[in-house]
Amino acid sequence: MPKSLFQKVWEAHTVRTLPNGQTQLLIGTHLIHEVTSPQAFGMLRDLGLRVRMPHRTFATVDHIVPTDQVAEPYADPLADAMIRELRRNCREFGLTFFDRSTGRQGIVHVVGPEQGITQPGTTIACGDSHTSTHGAFGAIAFGIGTTQIRDVLATQTMALGRLKVRRIDVTGRLTAGVYAKDVILHIIRTLGVNGGTGYAYEYGGEVFDRFSMEERMTVCNMSIEGGARVGYVNPDEKTFAYLEGRPHAPKGEAWAAAVARWRGFASDPGCTYDDVVTLRGEEIPPTVTWGINPGQGIAIGESIPDPSKAVADEKASIEEALAYMKLQPGKPIRGTRIDVAFVGSCTNGRLSDFQEVARYLKGRRVAPGVRAIAVPGSQIVGSLCASLGIDKVFREAGFEWREAGCSMCLAMNPDKLVGDQLCASSSNRNFKGRQGSPTGRTLLMSPLMVAAAAVTGSVADAREVFGIKPVA
Amino acid sequence: MSLEKITRIAGRAVPVPGNDIDTDRIIPARFMKCVTFDGLGEYLFYDVRKNADGSDRKHPLNDPRFRGATILLSGANFGCGSSREHAPQAIQKYGFKAIVAESYAEIFFGNCTTLGIPCLSASRADIQQIAAAVEADPRIEVMLDIAACEIRFGGRSIKATLRESAREALVNGRWDAIGDLLEGAEDAKRVASGLPYLAY
Repeated sequence: MPKSLFQKVWEAHTVRTLPNGQTQLLIGTHLIHEVTSPQAFGMLRDLGLRVRMPHRTFATVDHIVPTDQVAEPYADPLADAMIRELRRNCREFGLTFFDRSTGRQGIVHVVGPEQGITQPGTTIACGDSHTSTHGAFGAIAFGIGTTQIRDVLATQTMALGRLKVRRIDVTGRLTAGVYAKDVILHIIRTLGVNGGTGYAYEYGGEVFDRFSMEERMTVCNMSIEGGARVGYVNPDEKTFAYLEGRPHAPKGEAWAAAVARWRGFASDPGCTYDDVVTLRGEEIPPTVTWGINPGQGIAIGESIPDPSKAVADEKASIEEALAYMKLQPGKPIRGTRIDVAFVGSCTNGRLSDFQEVARYLKGRRVAPGVRAIAVPGSQIVGSLCASLGIDKVFREAGFEWREAGCSMCLAMNPDKLVGDQLCASSSNRNFKGRQGSPTGRTLLMSPLMVAAAAVTGSVADAREVFGIKPVA
Repeated sequence: MSLEKITRIAGRAVPVPGNDIDTDRIIPARFMKCVTFDGLGEYLFYDVRKNADGSDRKHPLNDPRFRGATILLSGANFGCGSSREHAPQAIQKYGFKAIVAESYAEIFFGNCTTLGIPCLSASRADIQQIAAAVEADPRIEVMLDIAACEIRFGGRSIKATLRESAREALVNGRWDAIGDLLEGAEDAKRVASGLPYLAY
């Protein structure tokens, strides 16, 4: 019987069936960070339990770190308490901690792949919904809550119901100036923010075959914004090439054995899926959100939806979003003035994101009145950018170039919107208040679209701003 | 580990209408700068409940008629977004014992169940009926029969749904999985021994 990757990984990690019918699933890799783990360690202590597999538990600090300050103590005493608590927990339980002093710190979903911890055919859990990112390597990676973090710490397993699998094929080619971010925003727009509930998304097709690992990560990262707890791409030569030589990847003879095993996890030809969706790469436009959830997106050339023309079901949602966003129905999204531009986050804070922007940003200037910040996803991304002169391009264009962290994606650190500022953002969520001001407004888009908005001062088509011609 | 068997929840209800109410709205991120969940209740729906100066905005939770409600009514895809358990913790610590909504985001649903907060689903029309009844008389009792997946209020009864694994866990007092998971330790060890990457 041909099987999907999801099925193979699930079966390989199934411990037993629990009395309520859920599966006790072994979690091979546990990633933790400072925000959602302290209470879990507290529960562990209350129950008198230890960490079951300390060598499979990896920590980093990302959400609360100030990106303009490395020296401690941090100006915010709460943030300072959280990093100290994580340090204490890692020390007490003997866990690997990529602290800022290691040079390997960064956003947990950038660090895992970068260190070679994220591997095909494995199960991964982390107390963060964007854990689906790791699926880019053919891992089954779950975002979990704090009580489940306790479960994984104490038992290296968790209780889960089995997901259905939806294959999403993106055929053909993307047109020039269209990126992985546009692909996932388009998928979410098409299938809805809850279209993926109960599903794992398997992404494939020519567009994904051609994608780099970092592009695959961008798409898998936002699976949860489409309601899918898990998203993955089958492992291939690119996956193996990316991992080879990384600190936690198998070495020597173990490497060849691992690659052979990894290959075997890829979905078998002819396996059955619970659902199949096919999209054409050529039809995916540069996409930008106008509303208050990631499914409220339109092509850069489209107009902001008019609730009076919407079906009854969507009318109230559109009205609520427009009232919050202070946008006019029926007007083009292009030309909407922005106040802030943000390039970074676990969605788009990797080397290739900054590289691609730098290609076009050279010699351009951020528009007057726009605050632009660029935040590498990890210290390693930051130093690679520095060695390639990418940070210099950003700085010369008028961007602030920061230290690694989650930064303005989620407002748990000093990087926040003020008042009702409108931010062109390469992050993953445009919820009300997401970027730190209760009235702050977010437009999600690709990093290059953020750059286009930064240099023109308003939402713009990056293809026009940067003279990107269709490929002949 | 013996837990309470959650078979029925009776209390007053408050409608918090809207679809796609995300966990950032349920508890804004800045209130997650904490190392315990204590005190999160007061920040529930903070930014839609409070003005910048801390004064109250118009919100169902600020409406004195609904004070003391223990059942939260809402729309589709409730709890979408971040996996933060701070969201269900804030809901629970505010005083809610159960939620009735059209549908839930996956991670949020699991987090709630693990805390013993039943998340019942019902049709939009049925939830609107309950909402209309409590708007008309906020003192009426709404009774959630978890075992039978039924909601009774004002002499009426409507059918709800609840994923079977969650229903089973709640009514049998097994909603916190840790006891069951610890019992599987030997099996887990056996499965782990067959996975080479766990040795790296």
